[in-house]
Amino acid sequence: MADIVEIEQQDNQIERRKKERRKQTRIHLQTAIVTRDNRQTIGEITVADPRIRCTDIDVFYGDKHAVRNVTLDIGRQEIIAMIGPSGCGKSTFLRCFNRMNDTIENCHVTGKIMMDGQDINDKSIDVVPLRAKVGMVFQKPNPFPKSVYENVAFGPRIHGLAKDKVELDEIVVTSLKRAGLWEEVKDRLDQPGTSLSGGQQQRLCIARAIAVNPEVILMDEPCSALDPIATTKIEELMDKLCADYSIVIVTHNMQQAARVSHRTAYFHLGDLIEVGTTEQIFTKPGHQLTEDYITGRFG
Amino acid sequence: MNKLASSRPKTIDLINASLPKRHLSEKLFRSIGLISIMMGLMFLFMLFYGIVSKGYTAFQQTFIQLEMNFDEQLLDPEGTRHRDALSTVDYSGLVKASLGKMFPDVTDRNEKRLLYSLVSTGATYQLRKMVMDKPALIGQAQQVWVPADDEVDMLIKGHVMRDVPETERRLRDVQISWLDQLEAKEKLVLKFNTAFFTNGDSREPELAGIWGALMGSIYTLIVTLILSFPMGVATAIYLEEFAPKNKWTDLIEVNINNLAAVPSIIFGLLGLAVFINFMSFPRSAPLVGGLVLAFMTLPTIIIASRGALKSVPPSIREAALGVGASAMQTVYFHVLPLAIPGILTGTIIGMARALGETAPLLMIGMVAFIVNIPSNIFDPATVLPVQIFLWADSPERAFVERTSAAIMVLLGFLFIMNALAIILRKKFERRW
Amino acid sequence: MVACFYFGRRRALVVSNGDIRKLNSLPVYYGYYTALWCGIPAFIIFAFWQFSESAIITNLVIAGLPEDVTSLSKQQLNLVINEIRNIVNGNIVAGTARPEIAAAADRYRELQTISNIALFVVMMAFGLTGAAYALSRVDQQHRARNKVENTILVFLIACSTIAIFTTLGIVLSVLFEAIRFFQSVPITDFLFGLQWSPQTAIRPGQVGASGAFGAVPLFVGTMLVSVIAMVVAVPIGLMSAIYLSEYASSRLRALSKPMLEILAGIPTVVYGFFAALTVAPFFRGWGESLGLDISSESALAAGVVMGIMIIPFVSSLSDDVIYAVPQSLRDGAYSLGATQSETIRKIVIPAALPGIVAGILLAVSRAIGETMIVVMAAGLAANLTINPLESVTTVTVQIVTLLVGDQEFDSPKTLAAFALGLMLFVVTLILNVIALYVVKKYREQYE
Repeated sequence: MADIVEIEQQDNQIERRKKERRKQTRIHLQTAIVTRDNRQTIGEITVADPRIRCTDIDVFYGDKHAVRNVTLDIGRQEIIAMIGPSGCGKSTFLRCFNRMNDTIENCHVTGKIMMDGQDINDKSIDVVPLRAKVGMVFQKPNPFPKSVYENVAFGPRIHGLAKDKVELDEIVVTSLKRAGLWEEVKDRLDQPGTSLSGGQQQRLCIARAIAVNPEVILMDEPCSALDPIATTKIEELMDKLCADYSIVIVTHNMQQAARVSHRTAYFHLGDLIEVGTTEQIFTKPGHQLTEDYITGRFG
Repeated sequence: MNKLASSRPKTIDLINASLPKRHLSEKLFRSIGLISIMMGLMFLFMLFYGIVSKGYTAFQQTFIQLEMNFDEQLLDPEGTRHRDALSTVDYSGLVKASLGKMFPDVTDRNEKRLLYSLVSTGATYQLRKMVMDKPALIGQAQQVWVPADDEVDMLIKGHVMRDVPETERRLRDVQISWLDQLEAKEKLVLKFNTAFFTNGDSREPELAGIWGALMGSIYTLIVTLILSFPMGVATAIYLEEFAPKNKWTDLIEVNINNLAAVPSIIFGLLGLAVFINFMSFPRSAPLVGGLVLAFMTLPTIIIASRGALKSVPPSIREAALGVGASAMQTVYFHVLPLAIPGILTGTIIGMARALGETAPLLMIGMVAFIVNIPSNIFDPATVLPVQIFLWADSPERAFVERTSAAIMVLLGFLFIMNALAIILRKKFERRW
Repeated sequence: MVACFYFGRRRALVVSNGDIRKLNSLPVYYGYYTALWCGIPAFIIFAFWQFSESAIITNLVIAGLPEDVTSLSKQQLNLVINEIRNIVNGNIVAGTARPEIAAAADRYRELQTISNIALFVVMMAFGLTGAAYALSRVDQQHRARNKVENTILVFLIACSTIAIFTTLGIVLSVLFEAIRFFQSVPITDFLFGLQWSPQTAIRPGQVGASGAFGAVPLFVGTMLVSVIAMVVAVPIGLMSAIYLSEYASSRLRALSKPMLEILAGIPTVVYGFFAALTVAPFFRGWGESLGLDISSESALAAGVVMGIMIIPFVSSLSDDVIYAVPQSLRDGAYSLGATQSETIRKIVIPAALPGIVAGILLAVSRAIGETMIVVMAAGLAANLTINPLESVTTVTVQIVTLLVGDQEFDSPKTLAAFALGLMLFVVTLILNVIALYVVKKYREQYE
């Protein structure tokens, strides 16, 4: 009888020890995560007189931690490229700048994004003027199923930017010219935007974004659906546009980042690993992961 | 470029100026949407409230307790206890005698007539059945609950108000005073209305029941199911698994999609012209009703079955064909078992629609007044929705609550069928 | 047939000498093969027998009737035959009939019994012959599976043509009777006449028996009720769909979408009851308080209730097409700073418009063909009016009134119903075909 009691006690002790061990592993894992979160980004994350200053940005999709603790400045009149393997959170991060993540259910963004002295991540900020100030071009050209003219005129119309038809015409023409599309479409402004070629459609989308006179343009892999010639045109266009706008471009194409951007940021699994001038990142990467990526060891 | 640069502050000002108006219209639009949904839901609530509030009382019925004296002199003067003799006796005399005894001061002929009309004519059938079942009752006295007339029923349930002038209601003041006396003696009570569930149709609301219509519906649905399920599934299998893509199959497809949207009454015309007029099938029979409804539900079943077959991934077919199964074996042993929950869901929904269908059945004569309970698919019958239609047309106030109650029963069946379909879908839903 | 299946399978096992791998097909297929050879000939005989039995017996019985009966006119003869059949089926108590009729009925019954026995014998003979033939064919090389499968395929193909035969049946039956109607009433009178009173005179000079078949009042009434229904259903249905697909939280959506769809599952006769007993008196009382005279069977009540019925129809079709508009278009509009309602009104709805219009066309087609609500709530008076407060009648109501009850197939009154049915079928067919085509094109555009 006594034996049985003793065995039971022993069993209990073993159970308890097992539980404790489990608890320890869990604590251990948690600390591991914390250390990763605290990892510093290598390189110059701040610039003087930034257009946008992000501090400690975290993005969650439900339980998934998509962007971890990113701090980064966007300068004026600069093109900053974000590169990294698929699913590293660069597009998600980009969508924080014009609060496009609001449209995704259960997406949750924390941290501060300062622009013109306002935290644009604050829920009380009106997204309408924000999005007018921060334009966006998407991966796949998405012209509205309307005429070329109406596509460009959409923004000015909803925002009431034109007093009359003359002003509206002027805005449309200027925007198309600045997007380098005017010569190609001036004779078919009333044709549907979807009838244009892929490259033209993407430039139409750029013209559409320019028409509301933004200050920052976000580009989410704008050339990934285009052929090389169309890509060249868009890259030339970006070069011209950066005189007036800050451009943030997400790209899979490292050559493109090297060609067009002034600064480059490398993302890896939601972490911002390294930021630097494009030249420095591509010639003297400071982090092993960056080097592995740009030398093509993974991607 | 400079011009644009200089206009930059202007742009944001313009936008900010437009904001209040736009936000207002946003709110307005949003609330219109919400109001629309609320209206939809409100209609749904009104519908159910209207029917339940009108119909729940039909599950009870007013009964009057009579002191019955099964007088041998009246029932069986010769004492033979012969069944034929017993079945032809005037049992209403018993009721009258009993009522006369309860109210001995009623002597006027007119008043007597009023008194006798308080009790349903069904009471005589009830007494006959009692005596026929148990001839030993003759010569004895017993308390019997008999159904009251529908006007009495309406008064007791409060559907007919006492304070309207006497000329505007069917019951006279004197009748109401008798009823009050009965109520005071606890000889007038509301009891559960079993007749509603076990009787066939009747001209007397207090005797009318849904059993006949329900049996008609069941027979009709059986015919529909037997015809439309195999044919629908066979068509779906052929079109989805074997048919080549050509003009002919395109034509079949257009036909199916179109038939799904043809007004149901047209199917009734088809049934009338082809089955009744040309092939001389019996009118009012569940057989013809089932045939017509089968044609009507066929497109639903075909479309649902094709959807279910389509959702089975091609890899399953390739795997089966790859080990040497014939195309037919592949479909029969591998594709069909995976698609069967979807097919059944579609079939149940089709059957639910067929159960609620009325218009085509009016065309083929299932709208007749039929008291007998149908016992096979050739008997004249009516179906539940048509019974509802018939009762809704009846002028008696008491039929309103019976109609509502019949609707509740019909909706109950539909609810069960749809719930079954949803459970089937939830349980076997597979994501590939 | 079960026995045939068993024997066929056994025979296959026998010829394989116990090693079923030597067989071309699995043993069960030999079983099916034999069973089919047994069942199909027997079934064909059965169908043929049933088809011709009644005519043959009737002729035999007529031949046996006394002279004075057979010399009667064709119509009277039919009556006699009906009487005989009624006695045979037990619908009339035999004792009440005339002796020669009763004798004929007995003869009829006798012949029926003989026929049944003969049928059984012939069926068995054919079935067994078929089975014997099939059994003789069973050997190791026999490709039973292919033959069984081909038979099944023929069955499948036959089933798939039923849709076409149904359409054909509808067109022919309706067209045939409609043509007979147009022989007595000119088609122009029907299509453009302003007077509808389908009572034909039973005796000459009867009052109000003019028998006018001008269907314009019915068309106008149908349009009126449908328009009212659409005025109710389209805004509510469309806005609900928009709210549910663009604004509502997933919880509200999960809750209210099925609730709205309950409206679509309620039988139309219930709506009819609701219209006649709740909505119509409500409008009437409301009209009285405003000093309006609303008929107790008004187009308004029928139309509004029909609209309620169609709400989920419009909303689920709109929901489908709104859902099909790619998210990238919404993103494009949002990124330009459009508010949600601007995005919906200026981008999503225009993009979805073809689909929405097609959905509304389908809804209109349903409203036109809807029967029970109008039968119970709209009334019978063929008023030529566009006043929604008055009572109107519709095409479907008239079809029902003309055909319910006893009818003979010769009177223009009955045939008029088929002419109306033809109109109804043609109009809804056109609407459906256009709508289905537009929806198909629309789907392809975004896929």
